[in-house]
Amino acid sequence: MSKSMKYAAAVLAGCVPAASAFAAWELNMPVGITELSREIHGLHMLIFWICVLIAVVVFGMMIYSIVKFRHSKGAVPANFDHSTKAEIIWTIIPIAILVGMAVPAAETLIKIEDMRDSELTIKVTGYQWKWHYDYLDKNVSFFSTLAEESNRARQKGSGIDPSTVQNYLLDVDNPLVVPVNKKVRVLLTAGDVIHAWWVPALGMKRDAIPGIVNEMWFRAEETGVYRGQCAELCGYDHGFMPIVVEVRTEEEFEAWLQSKQADGAETATAANSTDTSKTPVNGAASDATAIVAKAE
Amino acid sequence: MSTAHTHAHAAGHEAHDHHGPEKGWRRWLFATNHKDIGTMYLLFSLVMFFLGGAMALVIRAELFQPGLQLVDPGFFNTMTTVHALIMVFGAVMPATVGLANWMIPIQIGAPDMALPRMNNFSFWLLVAAFTLLISSLFVSGGGPAAGWTLYPPLVLQTGNALPLAIFAIHLAGASSIMGAINIIVTILNMRAPGMSLLKMPVFCWTWLITAYLLIAVMPVFAGAVTMLLTDRFFGTTFFEAAGGGDPVMYQHIFWFFGHPEVYIMILPAFGIISEIIPTFSRKPLFGYDAMVYATAAIAFLSFIVWAHHMFTVGMPLAGQLFFMMATMLIAVPTGVKVFNWTATMFKGSISFEPPMLFAIAFLFLFTIGGFSGLMLGVAPADFQYHDTYFVVAHFHYVLVPGAVFAIMGGVYYWLPKWTGHMYDMKLAKVHFWLSVIFVNVLFFPQHFLGLAGMPRRIPDYATQFADWNMVSSIGAFGFGLSQLLFVYIVFAAIRSGERASDKVWDTARPQGLEWTLSSPPPYHSFEVAPEVK
Repeated sequence: MSKSMKYAAAVLAGCVPAASAFAAWELNMPVGITELSREIHGLHMLIFWICVLIAVVVFGMMIYSIVKFRHSKGAVPANFDHSTKAEIIWTIIPIAILVGMAVPAAETLIKIEDMRDSELTIKVTGYQWKWHYDYLDKNVSFFSTLAEESNRARQKGSGIDPSTVQNYLLDVDNPLVVPVNKKVRVLLTAGDVIHAWWVPALGMKRDAIPGIVNEMWFRAEETGVYRGQCAELCGYDHGFMPIVVEVRTEEEFEAWLQSKQADGAETATAANSTDTSKTPVNGAASDATAIVAKAE
Repeated sequence: MSTAHTHAHAAGHEAHDHHGPEKGWRRWLFATNHKDIGTMYLLFSLVMFFLGGAMALVIRAELFQPGLQLVDPGFFNTMTTVHALIMVFGAVMPATVGLANWMIPIQIGAPDMALPRMNNFSFWLLVAAFTLLISSLFVSGGGPAAGWTLYPPLVLQTGNALPLAIFAIHLAGASSIMGAINIIVTILNMRAPGMSLLKMPVFCWTWLITAYLLIAVMPVFAGAVTMLLTDRFFGTTFFEAAGGGDPVMYQHIFWFFGHPEVYIMILPAFGIISEIIPTFSRKPLFGYDAMVYATAAIAFLSFIVWAHHMFTVGMPLAGQLFFMMATMLIAVPTGVKVFNWTATMFKGSISFEPPMLFAIAFLFLFTIGGFSGLMLGVAPADFQYHDTYFVVAHFHYVLVPGAVFAIMGGVYYWLPKWTGHMYDMKLAKVHFWLSVIFVNVLFFPQHFLGLAGMPRRIPDYATQFADWNMVSSIGAFGFGLSQLLFVYIVFAAIRSGERASDKVWDTARPQGLEWTLSSPPPYHSFEVAPEVK
């Protein structure tokens, strides 16, 4: 269904390839790999088609009037200036359509806010300009920053063509790893300014706000690597703090978790020191690390 | 300009012996005449439109292709921030105030605005405000770069630009409030005998309602930025969790101002469109009363939907449901307006002079902005759209081919009345077609970018977004350059041109009082109130 819709949208827009492998000329929201993202995509398409339908009627009337009632064709103007019946009709019908849209939207919203029965909780903390992930009660935590290769290429006047860099600006040193088919609860907060954690394939975005703990959840249904970005303006390098989530099978995830745990306390130290060397130009990394040290 | 002056001067003499315009700079600095002040507002707005537009072109030039080529990320953020502040408070709002100054007195048959000296003060305060704002670009620490919404804690990292920007907002706000008071007092007290409120031109109605919105929300915004100021310099912690404050509270206060602000920019545009469409459809406006009530309904609803700008901050479920449904409700009165405009054209006799072209483009493109607005109002979907280019596309559709097109349509509609000259219609049509094509090349692809996952306010992007960004940037330069034509057309018409008749438009309509005056109208008009039947 959604593939054909995408294709239809592409044809409507008069554009060349619908969904190529590079996702270039992409026109629509991707479907995602969670129940919520599918429902949200469904809602998105539902409202889209309702809008298209209304547009056909309204724009159709406008175009009909423009073509049919031209002064240059000698059209003689009528003199009516209201019609109570018509006005009641075009007040009632939109209300009915809106109710029809609000019901499924409310149902999805209720699901989104249902945080019960989570199987893994990860605390995500936003810093200028990197993410910190903490697997609660698992003794695993680390920073995640823009990958070295992207970081070199994105410097002004670097002379490196971004198209030669794999996953330019969407790659990190340490991705977030989660198990497939498990309800993961994400707690969000920030150490300095407001950030927003967003991976489109997971279907959700929520703000990470200093002094406040927000929550959201997802259950990834397919293994793979999914990418996203900080979505709330957070200063100088807001454009350069991507998010990468690796969804693995449960066994692989457990093995990864154990190897991380084995690293023990060293993990944090190592992550911190690589951070400092990696964080670009502004030298804010050391401050951020200091804040973390205080917080912990 | 000389012909216009002598004519206005002569007419002024006939009407009143020694009250022509002052000579030289005193006429403008000490202006109390609503037409002079209106002209200054419009020219100020035009200058700001180009300044803000130049900043937009810096943004689009940097985004032409992936990688950082021209500016560093800090300056990029300053450009997005100051572009927005200038366009909102310096270009769109003053343009509608300029139109109000010019048109409201002569539409209601009043000799001038009720409070002419305050009128002068509110204009020059605006100049002071923008001098401050623009000077903030040159202080240590760089210009404001936290977005026009000025969210703390990020905005508190701003250097010396912060107090300058905040004082600029205070001054611009005071200017707006004074302008609003003036408009309300003028409309409520100075209508010609026989002009009951429900006989007023719709443009006056939309401005009356806008003025109440301004008085209601500008003080709220002033309060919010004052709290930022004390948080930054006087040790308060209104918005800092560590001191017992709450950064989200700022967003609630800001958007309580910010959403009505959206309607402050669009309601006068609705009024202009409601003037233009009947004229060139040669038919009365369909459903005048419904138009007025719909405007009032939109204004009321604008106070109870603010949190749809911040669905992602983590609100209680009940709050999200309320704000989602209240937001969707706005589609009803807005729909009524669009249907009524369409019904006005239906069975009319339509001709396509430049004002009508802009009005028709407004109908189509504002409606597209309305559709994307409806989509954004659906909270679960907003979790995907929020802070992406989809939002950028949405609000630019309602503000550029929405508000700005309406303002340009209004200028093309009333310019012959103001100057006494017809402008170059052919060239104005060229300007229209260039604008309408490029504005879509510029903003339509941004829907695709947002849906595909490109966040807003980023100076560089992943390579999969490269194609549409390039298209969008080409559109931006085309649109920006096309506006030079507008400047040429307007100034050429001020200087010379075919004489415009009093009615200007040969359509048996327009029927407002402004068309009973000469073109250009005398310097002092309606010294004896006209009778309205």
